[in-house]
Amino acid sequence: MSAPALEVRDLNRSFGALRVARDINLTLERGARRALIGPNGAGKTTLVNLITGALAPSSGSVALNGEDITKVSQAERARRGIARTFQINQLFRGLTVLENVVMAIGERTGDCNNLWRPAGTKRIIIDEALDHLDSLRLVEDSLKLVRELPYGRQRLVEIAIAMAQKPRVLLLDEPAAGVPSSESHLILDVVASLDPDIAILIIEHDMDVVFRFAQQITVLVAGAVFTEGAPKDIRADERVRAVYLGQDAGAGHG
Amino acid sequence: MPQSIVILISILFDGLAYAMVLFIIAVGLSITMGLMGFVNLAHGAFAMAGGYLVVTLTKSWGVPFLPSLVIAAVVIGIASIPFERLLYSKLYKATELDQVLLTIGLAFMTIAGYTYFYGPAPLTVPLPEFLTGQIDIGVRTVPSYRAFIIAVGAVLIAVLWYGFERTNLGAKIRAAVDNRRMAQSVGINVDRLFTLTFAVGSGLAALGGGLAIQTFGLTPSFAVLYLVFFLIIVSVGGLGSLKGTLIASIMLGVFDIGGKYLYSDAGGFFIYALTVLVLLIKPAGLYGRE
Amino acid sequence: MAASDANAVPAVTMRARAIEYIGKRHRFHVWEALPWILIAAAYFVFPDRMTFGTQVLIAIMFALSLDLILGYAGIVTLGHAAFFGVGAYTVALLTARLNWGEPVTSLIIATLISAAAGFISGWFLLRYRGLTLLMLTLATAILLQEAGNYRSDITGGYDGVPGMEIWKLFGVFENDLYGRTYYIYIAVLLFLVFLVVRRIVYSPFGAALTGIRENVRRMHAIGSPVHRRLVAAYTIAAGIAGMAGALFAQSTAYTTLGVFDFESSAKVMVMLILGGTGRLYGAFAGATIYMLLEDHLAKLSPEFWQFGIGLLLVLAVLFARRGLLGLIEDIGIYFKTGGKS
Repeated sequence: MSAPALEVRDLNRSFGALRVARDINLTLERGARRALIGPNGAGKTTLVNLITGALAPSSGSVALNGEDITKVSQAERARRGIARTFQINQLFRGLTVLENVVMAIGERTGDCNNLWRPAGTKRIIIDEALDHLDSLRLVEDSLKLVRELPYGRQRLVEIAIAMAQKPRVLLLDEPAAGVPSSESHLILDVVASLDPDIAILIIEHDMDVVFRFAQQITVLVAGAVFTEGAPKDIRADERVRAVYLGQDAGAGHG
Repeated sequence: MPQSIVILISILFDGLAYAMVLFIIAVGLSITMGLMGFVNLAHGAFAMAGGYLVVTLTKSWGVPFLPSLVIAAVVIGIASIPFERLLYSKLYKATELDQVLLTIGLAFMTIAGYTYFYGPAPLTVPLPEFLTGQIDIGVRTVPSYRAFIIAVGAVLIAVLWYGFERTNLGAKIRAAVDNRRMAQSVGINVDRLFTLTFAVGSGLAALGGGLAIQTFGLTPSFAVLYLVFFLIIVSVGGLGSLKGTLIASIMLGVFDIGGKYLYSDAGGFFIYALTVLVLLIKPAGLYGRE
Repeated sequence: MAASDANAVPAVTMRARAIEYIGKRHRFHVWEALPWILIAAAYFVFPDRMTFGTQVLIAIMFALSLDLILGYAGIVTLGHAAFFGVGAYTVALLTARLNWGEPVTSLIIATLISAAAGFISGWFLLRYRGLTLLMLTLATAILLQEAGNYRSDITGGYDGVPGMEIWKLFGVFENDLYGRTYYIYIAVLLFLVFLVVRRIVYSPFGAALTGIRENVRRMHAIGSPVHRRLVAAYTIAAGIAGMAGALFAQSTAYTTLGVFDFESSAKVMVMLILGGTGRLYGAFAGATIYMLLEDHLAKLSPEFWQFGIGLLLVLAVLFARRGLLGLIEDIGIYFKTGGKS
C-alpha cells in the first residue's frame, strides 16, 4: 500500500530530432496536490499525454499504484483510475451535459457494453451523474447541449466528466484556461474541494493559484524537470524566476 | 532472345507508359491532399474535363494535338481556381465525410454535364503522324505514342522534382505539407499556396486526361472509373510525397499491365490485395508521414 | 443550492425534470407510426408496383445499416456495398452451386456470413481513420469484386450468377409477378430489423457510439474500448446490409458483381445523407425519395438525374448538412418560435 499513486521513471519521448520529454521523474503520492509549471512549450501537456497513454514514450516507465502500466492502453489506464481534463475542451458537444457525464459513468461501470436496455433508465447512474453535476452547480444546465453553454461552464463539464470516472489520479491541464477571471475562481474552488484521497497534478499558469493550491511544485523546462520542491522554495528560487522572466515574461507573476 | 524476356520488357514498357499517365494525374491530388488533408473525389473530373477539351480543340477547332494538351492544362488549371476558392475552401476544416460528399456531388454533376454535351460513347483524338507509328527500341518495336507518354512523364518528373526540391516555392510547399501551422507561423501564406498547387494539380490532371484519351479511352465516367486508381496511388505513395506518388504509380501501372499479360483474371485482385496490405502495414503510405 | 438568481429553475425541480426526460427519451412517439402506415398503405394503393416497392424497402434496410455506423458511430466508409454483395452472393451461390433455394434459411446464413465478414474486416480496418480508412473500405469492396471476377467460373462474373432458383417462401408462397409476397415478407423483416437497430441506438452502447462520433479523444480518455465498440457496430451493420443484399438476390432471383461497385456504396451513402444521418428515419426518407426520383427521372433523362443528385449533394453539404429530416426539423422550429430563431 505504500506505493505512490503515480510514479514516472526516466521518461523520454522524441519526435524525430526533437526531444519533448527528457528523463522525466515525477511521483504523486496518494492525495498529492502537485502543480506542474513551466514556460510555454516546456512539454507539460506532452507529459500528461505520456502519463495517460495518449502518447507512447520512447523510453522510461509509468506506474500506477506500484503497477507498471507503460504498455497499457490509454483506455485501460483510464479504467484503472487515471483521469484527465483537456487544455482545450474535448466534450461531446452535440449531447446534453447530463449525457456527457452519464457516458463517463457508463464506461466506468461497463454499462456501455449493454446494447439492449434503454440508456437513461438506470436510476443509480443518472442519480450519480446528477450528483456530480450538483457539486459543480451544473444541474440547471443538465439538459442543455454542451455547445450551447458558455465556455466557462463547458470547462466545468470537463471536470464533471473527470469526476465521474472516480479517478485515483487526476491530471488537470489548465482547468481555467480560456475562462474570464471572474469565473475562473469558481473552477479553482471546485478543484480545491476535490476528494483529498485523489492524487492531483495540475498544470496552471496563474502563480497565485499554484502557490495557494499546491503542496509541491514541479518546474518543467524544455522537456526536462528543472527543479521541484515546496511552493515556498520554488517561490524563492532565483533560477525559476529567471526561466520565467527570460522566456515568457507574461506568465511570470511569481 | 527468349520469349519471357520479351514479355517482361513489354510489360515494363507498357506498364511504364500507363504509370506515367497515372502519375501525371495523381501527383496534383497527392500534393493538395497532403497540404490540406482534403479528400478530393472530383480530381478525376478535372482530368476528364481536360480530355474533352483536347478533343474539342483538335476536332472542332483544328488545333494540333500537342498545343491542345498545353492549352487544356492551362485552361483547366485556371478554371479550377474558382472551384477551390468558392467551394473547397469552405470545407477545409470540415469532416472528411463532408469533403467526400461535396466532391462526389461535383463529380456526378460533371459526368452528367459532359454526357449531355458529348454523349456517353468513347471519343478519340486525331494524333500527329509521328505519334501513330511504331518505333524500334532495340528489343522490339513499340507504339511511338507510348514512348511519347514516357518521355512527357520523364520531363514532368524532372520539372516537378526541380520545382519541389530546388525552388523557393517548392520549399514552401514541402514545409506546409510537413507542418501547416508551423509554416503559417513563419509567414507562409498557406491558403494562397494551396490555391496555386490546386490549380497546377488540376492542370496536370487535365494534361493527363488528354494523354489518356488514346490509352484509357475517354468517356464521361472516366471521372470516377479511374478515381480508385488515383486514390490508391495517393494513399499508398503517401500524401504530399512526389517520390511516393511516382513509385506507387509505377507499381500500379506495371502490376496492372503485368497482371493482364500473365493472369488476365487475377490481375485486379492482386492490385487491391497489395493496396490493402500496404495500408495495413503503413497506414500513411510508403512515403507518408505518420 | 444553485438557484441563485430568480429566473433559474430550482435545482431540485431541474433534477426531477432531467430524470424524467432521460428516462423517457427512448419511448416511441406517435409520428413514428407514419413510415409504417405509408409502407402498409403503399401495398393497397399500388398493388401492381410492389416489385419496385420491395426494392425501396431493401434500399431502406441497406441505408439503415449504414446509418448505424456512419450516422451514429461516425465511421466513414466507401465500401459498405461489400456486405450487401456478400449477402446477395451467399444466397445466389447457395442456390446456384449447392441447390439450396430455401429463402428463410439462406437469408439467415447470408446475414451471418455478412456479419462475419464485417467482424473480420472491421477488426483490421477500424484501427485506422480518415483517408486510410476510406481507402481500405473502398479497396476491400473492390477486392471482393475482383475475387468474384477471378473465379467467374463459380460466380458467373459480371453476367450474373446463372441458374438461381429461389424456392417458395415457407414452402407455400410463390413470389407473384407483382412481387406482393416479397413486399410483405421484406416489410416485416424491415420492421424487425428497425426495432433492433432502434433498441441499439437508444442503449448505453448506442450512446457510446455517438460519443465516439462526437469526440473519440474523450472516449479514449474515459476508458472506452473504442475499437471493440466500433467492431461490434460494424459487425451488426454488416449483417443487416448482408440481409438487404440477400433479400435483393431473393426478390429478383438475380445478382451480378456490379453490386460491389463503388457506385453502390456511394449510392447508399447519398440516400442516407439526403434523408439525414444519425436519426434512423433519415434512411426511410432518403431511400424512398431517392428511389422514387430515380425511377421517374432516370427514365426521362439519366444525365438530368445524375446532375440533380450531384447538385443535391453539394447543396446538402453546404446548406442542409442534417438532411431532409433535419431541414424539416429546422423549419418546424422556425414556425414554432415564430421565426425568432
